[in-house]
Amino acid sequence: MTDKQPETRNLKPATPLKSGSSTRNPLFAGVDVGASRTKVAILDAEKRLLGHAVRKSGIDFTETAEICLKASLNMAGALREDVASCVSTGYGRKNVLFSDETKTEIGCHARGCYHYFPMAMTIIDIGGQDNKVIKLDNQGRRLNFKMNRKCAAGTGAFLEEMSMRLGIPLEEMDSLARKSEEMVELGSYCTVFSGTEVLEKIRQGKKVTDIVKGLFFSVIKRVLEMDSLTDRVAMTGGVVAHNPILVEMVEEITARDILVPEYPQLTGAVGAALFAMEDKK
Amino acid sequence: MSEEKKTTRRGIAAAKSLKKLMADYFYEMDDAAKTGSRKIAWCTSVGPAELLRGMGFLVYYPENHGAMLGATRMSTDLIPYANAMGYSPDICSYLTCDVGSYLQKKTPLTMAYNIESVPRPDVLVFNTNQCRDVQDWFAWYSRELNVPLVGVHTHRDIGDIRAYQIKDIASQIEDLVPGLEKVTGEKFDMDRLKEALGHSRRTSELWRACLEAAAASPSPWTFFDATIHMAPAVVSRGTKAANDYYELLLPELQQRVKEGVAAVEGEKHRLYWEGMPIWGKLRALSEQLFSLKSCVVASTYCNSWIFGQLDPDEPFESMARAYTELFIVRDEPFKEQYITDCHEKFKFDGILFHDAKTCPNNSNNRYGMPERLSKKLGIPVLTINGDLCDLRCYSEEQAKTNIEAFIEQLEER
Repeated sequence: MTDKQPETRNLKPATPLKSGSSTRNPLFAGVDVGASRTKVAILDAEKRLLGHAVRKSGIDFTETAEICLKASLNMAGALREDVASCVSTGYGRKNVLFSDETKTEIGCHARGCYHYFPMAMTIIDIGGQDNKVIKLDNQGRRLNFKMNRKCAAGTGAFLEEMSMRLGIPLEEMDSLARKSEEMVELGSYCTVFSGTEVLEKIRQGKKVTDIVKGLFFSVIKRVLEMDSLTDRVAMTGGVVAHNPILVEMVEEITARDILVPEYPQLTGAVGAALFAMEDKK
Repeated sequence: MSEEKKTTRRGIAAAKSLKKLMADYFYEMDDAAKTGSRKIAWCTSVGPAELLRGMGFLVYYPENHGAMLGATRMSTDLIPYANAMGYSPDICSYLTCDVGSYLQKKTPLTMAYNIESVPRPDVLVFNTNQCRDVQDWFAWYSRELNVPLVGVHTHRDIGDIRAYQIKDIASQIEDLVPGLEKVTGEKFDMDRLKEALGHSRRTSELWRACLEAAAASPSPWTFFDATIHMAPAVVSRGTKAANDYYELLLPELQQRVKEGVAAVEGEKHRLYWEGMPIWGKLRALSEQLFSLKSCVVASTYCNSWIFGQLDPDEPFESMARAYTELFIVRDEPFKEQYITDCHEKFKFDGILFHDAKTCPNNSNNRYGMPERLSKKLGIPVLTINGDLCDLRCYSEEQAKTNIEAFIEQLEER
């Protein structure tokens, strides 16, 4: 399955090379093997995003990374030997056989986000199985970071579980939530308890649209309680990429304009590719 | 960050003597339990051990057993048996794994020393200076084994220590004597107590000096080493055997400092560990930090067996002071100042807080201390979620990623 990248704000894609053409210029690959999805980004020396791919990580991280690399190079019209350096990140970073180095996803998200927004900021990354709140100074150095604790509340896994319980395709949740007129509030920390709460709301006759918006609100609450927000705030990650309503809701709750990179789901992969470039210098 | 590499370290030679000391300790206890040659007291780790030694008891520490259950990773399988009896998974996992061990008749002493079971107590003696759980823990055994339970109830969350607090604790310790005399059948002998206090004071001085050797850069040993080598200070407190051991270890550490021997080759980062060890993951954490050229040079935990106040000339008062002045008994401002002083001494550049799920009293990240200390000391902090013995509460991958990212962060500074 290929994950389609949704349209997002600030979208400034690099001009891709013509299909079938090949570059002899050095390219830099970033591979982010997340618990849910594997992402690859190919940058050229001018830091332009020439190719990218997203696939379900599945059970063979090595193979999935390989498939994503091929797809990304194909999109870039490049050959494997054009890749001068590669850095891998994410839970499966050590399963990427072709990478030259590994970095943590915290470092790569910070690096990728700072590339798009070179300023002091708080990054909120909502991933498939973990959330991160990372604070950067105006030089892009990490001041502090926090990951969600043991449970998956507030992550993509929570939304996946709820979409299954409600029998709603994951990709329809964003549009359903937008139709909500009276959001249902869910109180529990725990995914299992939230599931029970949702059943109770259904029993009470609440509208599915209102429940779905409540699920998104629950995700936001879990994330915002992880740390304070300082300086500008940016949001990244697959959950943000596929559910832009989350960004709008955070803007409303916090009364802040939220920054979102061009491909929120690729932020870690882009950061990894930037590290690959720096390592080669 | 590069892949973790297997590396060899120069081991600590005194470890051989440590093994013998621990074996002797358990064999003596096992023999006494079987033959009835000596009375056995179970004591909480910072209970009145000197008094018990001074009254002729052999002293057994269930917390040490809990640590062994954790280190051998038997604990996670045994905890559910205590949970099923009504002891919540949220309370002390030393308690639950130890009770589970009793119920299942499984102990790491069998594998290590071919000893069938822990020694049966003649009396159970607690001090609540650590937490209330120790009292509940011993109360379970008191009911189960029909053994007398006595103890000391310590004031908690103390800032400046007041005279009334010392007077109270000293009285409580002294009040234990008549009951303990009934168990031993012997009259209390002040000279024997003073002798035990003298040994214990000396152990504290030596142990402190050993820990302070890590102020050297590079550090000659790590927190992970110290969690093993602290065993005599825990189980043999109040005896000459503990002193003999540290008389051996200290010169070795000093020699390592002199020769510039680094516990972590190419030491780049120095860290402080706040909170309980994650017993079942000591090796994994040690190896990860080693590969990241990061040395945990100091910890609150290992420092907790320094009882500098013990004084044979003021037996009960000095015991009261020593047991009360501990970090775990104190309020937040004291704790912050304590870690600040450690920072001054050990020059660490980051703090790892372990938030132990089942040990709130020894998890000091829960009331904003990491944030306050980070600001005050100008160094980053990281909280790792885990537990001392219940590995169901620990996500190894997440902890490893957090630590690796933390070291990356230090390298950006």
